[in-house]
Amino acid sequence: MAPLLLFLAVTYLWPFLGVVKWSFTLPEPGLGQYGALITDPLVQSVFIRTLRICIVVTIASVIAAYAITVVWVRGTPAQRMAAEFCILIPFWISVLTRAFGWVALLSNRGLINTWLQGIGFISEPLALVRNEFGVIVGMTHFLVPFAVFPLASAMRNLDDRVLLAARGLGSSRTRTFWTIFVPMTASGIIGAAAIVFVFALGFFVTPAILGGGRSVMVAELVWLRIFQSPDWGLGAAISVVLVLFVGALMAVLFRYVRPRQLI
Amino acid sequence: MPKNARAAEIKAIGIGKSFGHFRALNDLTLDIGRGEFLALLGPSGSGKTTFLMILAGFLPPSDGRLFSDGVDITDRPAELRAAGMVFQGYALFPHMSVEANIAFPLKVRKRPAAEIRQRVAEMIARVGLKGHETKLPSQLSGGQQQRVALARALVFEPGVLLLDEPFSALDKSLRGQMQAEMKRLHQETGTTFVFVTHDQSEALALASRIAIFNHGELLQVGTPEEVYDRPANRFVAEFLGEINMLPLNNVRQENGAATGLCEDRTITVRGATDVTGDAVLAVRPEYMTIRSEAESGENGIVATTTASTYLGAATKLDLLTRQGTRLTVSVPNDVAATALRGGNSVWLTWPAERGILLAR
Repeated sequence: MAPLLLFLAVTYLWPFLGVVKWSFTLPEPGLGQYGALITDPLVQSVFIRTLRICIVVTIASVIAAYAITVVWVRGTPAQRMAAEFCILIPFWISVLTRAFGWVALLSNRGLINTWLQGIGFISEPLALVRNEFGVIVGMTHFLVPFAVFPLASAMRNLDDRVLLAARGLGSSRTRTFWTIFVPMTASGIIGAAAIVFVFALGFFVTPAILGGGRSVMVAELVWLRIFQSPDWGLGAAISVVLVLFVGALMAVLFRYVRPRQLI
Repeated sequence: MPKNARAAEIKAIGIGKSFGHFRALNDLTLDIGRGEFLALLGPSGSGKTTFLMILAGFLPPSDGRLFSDGVDITDRPAELRAAGMVFQGYALFPHMSVEANIAFPLKVRKRPAAEIRQRVAEMIARVGLKGHETKLPSQLSGGQQQRVALARALVFEPGVLLLDEPFSALDKSLRGQMQAEMKRLHQETGTTFVFVTHDQSEALALASRIAIFNHGELLQVGTPEEVYDRPANRFVAEFLGEINMLPLNNVRQENGAATGLCEDRTITVRGATDVTGDAVLAVRPEYMTIRSEAESGENGIVATTTASTYLGAATKLDLLTRQGTRLTVSVPNDVAATALRGGNSVWLTWPAERGILLAR
C-alpha cells in the first residue's frame, strides 16, 4: 500500500498541486480565474453541456448495463456466455479504436446512413456524429461495462427465494421484477450510476473525436485552454473545480455504498 | 377438524421429478384432505422439499398430474395457484416494512385500499405484531420474522399454506412457542397446511397426518399414531423415534397372530401383518418392561444391562441379548435401580400387540 501511495503522490498529487498554483497565479496572482469561471459564458455553456451529457450517458449506461447484467447473472449458460462477450470485448479494444469505429458507423457516409438511404428510409443522411448524439453513443458504449460490475454484485447477493416468494404470493414476473428485483438491487444501481457519472465527467478522447469540436466537454476545454489558447490560468482553474467536484461526488458515494460493492 | 370452504383438497397422482439423471421424486400418489395439517417428513434429499416446490408451482413435475379441488393445476404457474408459502429463512421483502410485506399479496390482487388496511391490521393483531408495523424485517427477531412470513402467507386466505422447514431457524424455546401458534392458526383459519420437516418429533406433535419420504419414495402416509405404532417398513420404524429391532425366525401366521422364534423363545405378535419366514420384530422402548422372571407364554427375552443413563423423569438402560442384539428401554428410575442391583441378567417383556413385524 505504501509504495502505491508514494507513487500516486509523486505522479499525481505533486503535479496537481502545480496546477492549483497556476490557477491562482496565472496570468497574475489572485482569484481572477475563478471569477471568470462564473462569468465566462463559454465556460458556463461547456459546464452545462458536460453535466447534460453525463446525466444522459449515466441513465443510458445503467439501463443498458442492467439489461446485460440480468442476462449475465440469471440467464441460461449460453446467454451468460453471450453477455460475458458483450461485457469483456469492449475492454480489450482501445478507446481510440472504438471512437473511430463509431465514426465509421455513424458518419454521413457511414454504415448506418448508407444503409438507411439504401432501403429508401431517408433521403438525406441523419446527423449522428460530430454532435452531442455521437458523443453520448460513444461514451455510453465505453461506460456500460463499468456499470455491469456493481450491478452484478448486487444481483448475485439477492436471495432467489424472495423472488419465488413474490411469485407464490400471486405476483406476475413483470411485477416481481419492478417491485422486488429492482428495489432490492438499488444499491447496485446507485453504485453503477456514480461510477459512470464520475468517469464521464473527465472524458476527453471520445467527445473530442465524436463531438468533432462542436460538442466540447470540460476535459477538452481544459486541453484547449492550455495547448491552444494558451490560457493556462483558466485551464488550471477549470481542472481544479472538476477535481473538487469529482472528489465531493466520491465522498457522498462512499457514504452510501461500500467500495466492495463497486467491483 | 375445522371446516373452511376455502381450504383446498389436493390430489397428487403419479408425481415424479428428475434432475438430469437424478430421480428426486418417484411415482408419488397422495391425497391431501380439506383443512388437513400434513407433515412431509424425511431426511435431507428424500424428495419432500421437491414435492412441496411442485405443490407451490415453482417446479414442474416430470411425470404425473396434480389436482386442486378436482381441477388439474399441473401446468398452472405459481402466481395463479394461490398457495400461501412460508420459506425456510422466511424470504421477507427486505426493502418493505412489516405492513407492506403483509399487504403485498392483497395489493397484487388489486384489493381496495380500505380492505387491505383492515385485513393487514387484523392479521398483524392475530400474529401478535402490533407496534412493529413500520419496522423493516432486518429490525425484527427470528420469531417476529416468522410471524410476518405467516401473516403474509395467510392474509389472502389461500386454499393451502405450504411451509418449508418453518422452525429450523428458531432456537429451541422459541420453536415450541411458534409450533403452538402454528397449531392455533391452523385451527382458526381452517386452511389446509402442508409443512416440510426433517424433525420427527415436530411432525408427530403438529401434524394430523404424516407422509414419510426416503430416496424420492413416499414410504407411508398416516396419522402420527399409525406411522409410529404401525410403521410399514424398517426405515419408517427407525426414523420415527427409538425402536428395538430383534431378528424373528420361522414366522407363521395363525388366527390373526404371528409366531416366530427369537433366541430360542417363541414370540407372539398380534396386529395386521402378513410377513412370514425370517423377519424383524420391532418394539418401541417405552412398551418394554423389565422383570426378574417372564411368565410362560409371555413375550420376553433375556438381556444384560451394559449402561444406564439418568434422564430425570426416567432412566434409559442399554442392554445386550445373549445373541448380541443391542436394545434400549426407558423405565422408571426405581425399576432401573432394582434391575441394576439385581445383577446382570433381566427379562424384557412386552405385550403381543406392541410388537411390529417387518420384512427383513
